[in-house]
Amino acid sequence: MSAAITVDGIGKRFKRYRHRPTSLKERVIRFRVASDQFWALRNVSVEIPEGQTLGLLGPNGSGKTTLLKIIAGILRPTEGTVTTNGRIAALLALGAGFHAELTGRENVYLNAAILGLSRSEIDRRFDDIVGFAELEDFIDSQVKFYSSGMYVRLGFAVAVHVDPAILLVDEVLAVGDIAFQRKCLDKVEAFQREGRTIVFVTHAPDLVHRVCDQAVMLEHGEVKAIGKPTDVVQEFRLSMSRKDLAYGWDRGTKEIEIVSAEIFGQEGETREWFAPGEEMTIQLDLKANTPVAGPVVVSFAIHDQSNMFSYGTNTDWRDVFFPERFEGKYRVQFVLKSVPFVEGRYYITLGVHSRDSTKVYHVQEQAYSFVMVRGEENPGLVYIPVECRAERL
Amino acid sequence: MRERTLATVTTSDATPTPARSDVAVRTSEPPHLHVGPRLRELWAARQILGNLVRKEIKVKYKSSVLGAAWSMLNPILYLAVFSLVFTVVLKNNIPHFPVYLLSGLLAWNLFSTSLGLGARSVVDNASLVTKVYFPRELLPLASVGTALVDFVLQGMVLLLFMAVSRSVVLGWNLLLLPLAMFALLVFTCSLNMWVAALNVRYRDTQHLVNIALLTWFWVTPVVYPSAFVWARLQPHIAFKLLYLVNPMADVVLGFQRALYGHVTPTVQRGGTAVAAPVLAPVSVTWLAMLLGAVSIGCILLFLLAWRTFFHLSGDFAEEL
Ligand SMILES: Nc1ncnc2c1ncn2[C@@H]1O[C@H](COP(=O)(O)OP(=O)(O)OP(=O)(O)O)[C@@H](O)[C@H]1O
Ligand SMILES: [Mg+2]
Repeated sequence: MSAAITVDGIGKRFKRYRHRPTSLKERVIRFRVASDQFWALRNVSVEIPEGQTLGLLGPNGSGKTTLLKIIAGILRPTEGTVTTNGRIAALLALGAGFHAELTGRENVYLNAAILGLSRSEIDRRFDDIVGFAELEDFIDSQVKFYSSGMYVRLGFAVAVHVDPAILLVDEVLAVGDIAFQRKCLDKVEAFQREGRTIVFVTHAPDLVHRVCDQAVMLEHGEVKAIGKPTDVVQEFRLSMSRKDLAYGWDRGTKEIEIVSAEIFGQEGETREWFAPGEEMTIQLDLKANTPVAGPVVVSFAIHDQSNMFSYGTNTDWRDVFFPERFEGKYRVQFVLKSVPFVEGRYYITLGVHSRDSTKVYHVQEQAYSFVMVRGEENPGLVYIPVECRAERL
Repeated sequence: MRERTLATVTTSDATPTPARSDVAVRTSEPPHLHVGPRLRELWAARQILGNLVRKEIKVKYKSSVLGAAWSMLNPILYLAVFSLVFTVVLKNNIPHFPVYLLSGLLAWNLFSTSLGLGARSVVDNASLVTKVYFPRELLPLASVGTALVDFVLQGMVLLLFMAVSRSVVLGWNLLLLPLAMFALLVFTCSLNMWVAALNVRYRDTQHLVNIALLTWFWVTPVVYPSAFVWARLQPHIAFKLLYLVNPMADVVLGFQRALYGHVTPTVQRGGTAVAAPVLAPVSVTWLAMLLGAVSIGCILLFLLAWRTFFHLSGDFAEEL
C-alpha cells in the first residue's frame, strides 16, 4: 500500500502587512514597507496511504485551508515537500472556483476542464453532475444569483464527478442542508469503497469519528495531535473547551459571594471532560461579606452549546437549607450521580439568591464548562444506563 | 488494501484525456522554467485554454445587446473618425484610406485589446487562481486568444472594404503577413505575461497600461502614412533606428505592406497625376528581414517574460 499524499516537514510563512502598497505609485513614494512574517504552518508531516480518509481539525486560523492549498498545488510551501499521486480535485471553502458572471452550466464546463476532463467526457457526465447538485432549474442562471448552499452543491458535484484519485474537501459539508449533507456523506463513503483518498476539514468532530481512518489536529500551524480519530477528537474537544473556561459574566449584589467553584470527577480529581454515565461533582465555596437575612438558595444550571437549558436544580429542591441568618463561609456540593449527556460542550451557571429570587447575591453566568466525550458505543441524544443480557435458550 | 487502480479511467473518447503525470512533487524551491516539459504541460492543458477564451468572450458580451457586433463596430468607428480627420480636415488623400487604416489598426487592436485584458487576467480570475491549480500562463494567453476572436471579426471588416474598393496588391508582399503576425503574437504574449504578473501586486498597472497604449498608438504608424515618418527621419539614422525598435511599428509596417501594399500610389490632384508616398519606401525583402530580426528579438523577450511570470506565478494565490 503506497502513500497517496506525503506531507513532509511542510512550513508556510506569510507576510502580514500593516499596510501593503497595492499600487506602483505608492510603492515609489514609500520605499520600505513594514511587514512582519508569521508561520501559518510549521513542521507539518503526515502520510496518507492510498484509499484512506484523513480528517483535519483545528480552531479558526490554525492553517487547515493553507495545508489543503499546499497539497493541491495552489500555494507554494516555504519549506518541506509534498508528494501526491493521482488527480486531485479540491473543494476549498466556498465553491470550486466559479466565475460569478457565468451560468452554472458554463461554470461546470470550465471547472471540469480545469480538473482535467475533456469536453466529451463532460458532456457525458453533465446530467449526473446537475442531478447530483439538484440544480436542474438553476443551471442556466448566473452563479452570482446562487445561494451559498447552491454554490457549494454545484462545486461538490463537479469535484466528485471528475473521477479524482484524491479529494480535498474544506468545510463544505457545513453549508448544505441536511439532505445534501447526507448525500455528500454517502458519496464520501462510496469514494472510500472505491479506494480513493480523501482529506477533509471539518469543525464537526462527530464526522471525524464516523468517517475518518486517521485524524490530525492543527493549532497555530502545528500538529497538536495525530493518530486515531477518537484520540484526536478528544484532544480537540479538550483544547476547545479549555479556551473558554473563563467565558461568562458576573452579576449580583455580592453580599454573598461565590469565592471559587470546581468540577470534580468520581475520585475527587479536577476534570474538564466526562464520559456519559460518570459521576460529577460541582463544588462552590461561598462567603458572606455581610450577614444576610432571609432564606438563601444556591442553584446551578447547565446549558448546552446551543444555549438550550439542559438541567438545573437548587439546594431547596434537594432539601438542603441554610440558617435564617446567613453568615460566614459555606461549601456546597452538588453530586450528579450519573451525567446523562452524550456529546458536546456544556456550560454551568451558578447562583446564590433569595428563595423568591427577588434578591440576587451572586450569579456567574455560564462561567464553567465541561465536555462530554462519548465513545462510539453511546450514540444518540441522552445517555441511558443500559444493562444488556443475552442467554441461550 | 482495496483493489482498484484509479489510473484506469474508462474513456471511449476519440481524444482521451491527456495522461498527466500522476505523481506531483511540490517543494519550496522557486519554480524554474524548463521550456520543453512546460510546453508539454501547456499543450496538455489546451482544453482549459479553449474554455478560458470561451469564458472571456461570454463574460465580455454577457450583458450587451449587440454582442459580438461591438467588435466589428470598433474599427468602423475608428474609420469614421479618422476618415473625417484625414480626408476632410487634413486633406490628406491616401487612396483607399479605409484599407490603409484598417490594415494597421487590425494589428494594433490585437495588441491593445490583448494587453488591456491581459493586465487584468490573473486578478479578474482570482476566484479560479485561489481555488484550483492549473498552469497560470493560460490566463494571459487566454487574453490573447480572446483578442484573436476580435481580430478575426475585424479582419472580415477589412476584407469587406478591400473587396469594395478593389484594392488588393497581389505579390510577394502577402508573405509578410504570416511573419508580421508571428512577431505580433509573440510580442503580445510577452508583454501580457509581464503586465499580468505585475498587476497582481500593483493594481494600478492596468491603468498605466492604458495610458502607455495611448502614447504608443501615436509612435506607431497606424493613422499617419509611414512614408511621412520615413522622409522626416531619413537624415537621422539614429532616430530611425529608435523608431523601428518599437516592434509594433515594424509589425504595422508589415501588415500595411501585406494588406494595403500601395507604396507610392499616384493620385489625381487638380487634374494632374502626382505621386503620393504612403508606405515606407523599402523593399519587401528588407521588411522581411526586419520582421525576421524582430521575431527573433521577440522570442528572446518572450522567454524572459515567461520565466518571470513562471517564477512569480507560484505566489499568485497568496497575493490575491
Ligand atoms: N494569502 C494569505 N496571506 C497572508 N496570510 C494568510 C493568507 N492565507 C491565510 N493566511 C493566514 O494564515 C493563517 C491560517 O489560515 P487558514 O485559512 O489556513 O486557517 P483555517 O485553519 O483554514 O481556519 P478556518 O477554520 O477559519 O477556515 C491565518 O492566520 C490567516 O490569516
Ligand atoms: Mg479554512
